Amino acid sequence: MPTTHHHGHDVGERLYVHVHTPVHALPAEVKTVAMVAFVFAVIATPNNQFWAFGAYAAILVALAAISRIPARTIVPRMLVEVPFVLFAILMPVLGPAPKVEVLGLSLSSAGLLAGWGILIKGTLGVVCSILLAATTPARDLLLGLERLRVPQLIVQIAGFMLRYVHVVGDEMHRMSLARQARGFQATGVRSWPVLAQSGGTLFIRSYERGERVHLAMLSRGYTGRMPELSSHVTTGRDWATGLMLPAVAAAIAICAWLASR
Amino acid sequence: MAPNDPSLDVSGLAFAYPDGHQALFGVDLVIQRGERVALLGANGAGKTTLVMHLNGLLSGGVGTVHVAGLLVGKPNLREIRRRVGVVFQDPDDQLFMPTVRDDVAFGPANIGLEGDALTARVESALAMVGMLEFADRPPHHLSFGQRRRVAVATVLAMEPEILVLDEPSSNLDPASRRELADILRSLDITMLMVTHDLPYALELCPRAVILSDGVVVADGSTREILTDDALMRANRLELPYGFDPASLPA
Repeated sequence: MPTTHHHGHDVGERLYVHVHTPVHALPAEVKTVAMVAFVFAVIATPNNQFWAFGAYAAILVALAAISRIPARTIVPRMLVEVPFVLFAILMPVLGPAPKVEVLGLSLSSAGLLAGWGILIKGTLGVVCSILLAATTPARDLLLGLERLRVPQLIVQIAGFMLRYVHVVGDEMHRMSLARQARGFQATGVRSWPVLAQSGGTLFIRSYERGERVHLAMLSRGYTGRMPELSSHVTTGRDWATGLMLPAVAAAIAICAWLASR
Repeated sequence: MAPNDPSLDVSGLAFAYPDGHQALFGVDLVIQRGERVALLGANGAGKTTLVMHLNGLLSGGVGTVHVAGLLVGKPNLREIRRRVGVVFQDPDDQLFMPTVRDDVAFGPANIGLEGDALTARVESALAMVGMLEFADRPPHHLSFGQRRRVAVATVLAMEPEILVLDEPSSNLDPASRRELADILRSLDITMLMVTHDLPYALELCPRAVILSDGVVVADGSTREILTDDALMRANRLELPYGFDPASLPA
C-alpha cells in the first residue's frame, strides 16, 4: 500500500478549497439552507425577467469573490451540467409555433424562452452548489445535515459512501489490473460479459465488506445511532449572515414576479 | 466484578452455523488478567468463530463465555462490548468514520462519554499507538500499518478488559510489524492474539493455545508448543524456513 499523503485529491475533499474566509467559517447547515432557499428563489423567477437573472449572477460572482474561489475552479466544475442542458438546447428546435428566425434557423419562441430558463436556472443552481462544496468540507456538510434533523439513516449512508468510495474504487482498480495482467482488453460488446461479472464480484465483495464493517461497529457498541461528535453551536448571528443570500434573492424574485404581471 | 475473576473464561462452548456446519465442539479456555495468549490453528479450525463469541457477535450455541465475571449474553452486551476490544483483520473494516479522531471516538461515545472526557480518552488512545499527530486525517490517507495501529486505538479507547487481535501482523511490512509488536508489548492489558505468524506469537505471547477442529488441543508455553514437532505437524502448523525457537534465549 502506498503511504503517500495525497491531500485534496479524494472524493469528499477534492471539491473543497481550503482558504479562510467568512463564507468558509459559516456553519454547514446555514450554508446548506441558504443555498437551497436561493435556488428556490431562482426557480420561482419568471423566465422573461432577464434583469433578475443578471442580478442573481452578480450575487454569485460577489459570493465567489468573498469566498476567494477563482473562476478557474468554478468553470471546469460547471461541466457537470452539460448532459442536463442538452435538453434545453433541443427545446427551441422542437417547441411549438410561433417560430422566429435566428441565424437562419426557424426556432420556437416559446421553446427559446423555456430553454433559456432551464439553462440559466440550472447554471445558477450548479454554481451555487459548487460554491457550497468549495467552501465546506464534506464531513461538515454531513454534520450540518444531521443538525438540520435530516434522518440519521440518510446521513449515515452518505457518510459511509464518502468513506468507502475510495476503498471500493481501489478494489475496482485492482480487479482491472488483474484482468489486464491475464491479457484482457475491453474491446466492444464481446468483453461486456467479463466486465459485468467483474461488476457482480465487486458488488458481492462490497456487500461482504459492509457486513464486516457492521460487525466491527457492533463490537464497539453501535446500537443504530451514530454518536453526536461535534459540539458546535450555531448562533443566531450565523443564521442572520447566511440567510442574507436567500433574502436578497427572494426580494429579486418577488420584484421580477410583480414586474412580469 | 470480583478482582479474582479471570479476564476471560470460556466453558464448554459449542456452536454450529445455521447452515449446519459445526465450528466449535466444546472449547474451554481461561485467561487470567494480564496474560498475553496466542490462539493458533490452521484455517478453518474455528478461531474466528471463537472470537465472534467473545463479544456476543455470535451466540445461540452451547456453553458460556464470561468476561471478568460477566456472562456474555443479550442483557450485558453493551458492557461486554466495552470490556472486549476486538481488532479485526482488515483496518478498512474497522475504520469507518471520516477522520481518525471520529473513529477512535466512536466506541467511547457509544458508551456515553462526551466533551472533554471523550477528547482526553481519544487522545490518550492515539498516543498509546503513536498516532496522535494523525488525529484529523481521513483513514485512507494513512499507510496500512498506520491504519492497523489506529484500529488498535479504536478499541483501546474503550479501556477494555481484554484486547482480541485477529491476525495483527498480516499484510504489514517488517518495520510496521516490529513497530506494532513494540506497541502491543507496551500495553498493560490482557491480550488474545489470533495469528498464523508463529515467530510473532513467540515474541509477544508467553502462552499459546492450539485450536483444531473446534476444540482446544494444546495449551501451554508458546516455546514448548512451537518446539513440539509432532504436535505442530498434527495441527498443520509450520514454522517459517530457518526459524528455530529452541535457538532463541528463553
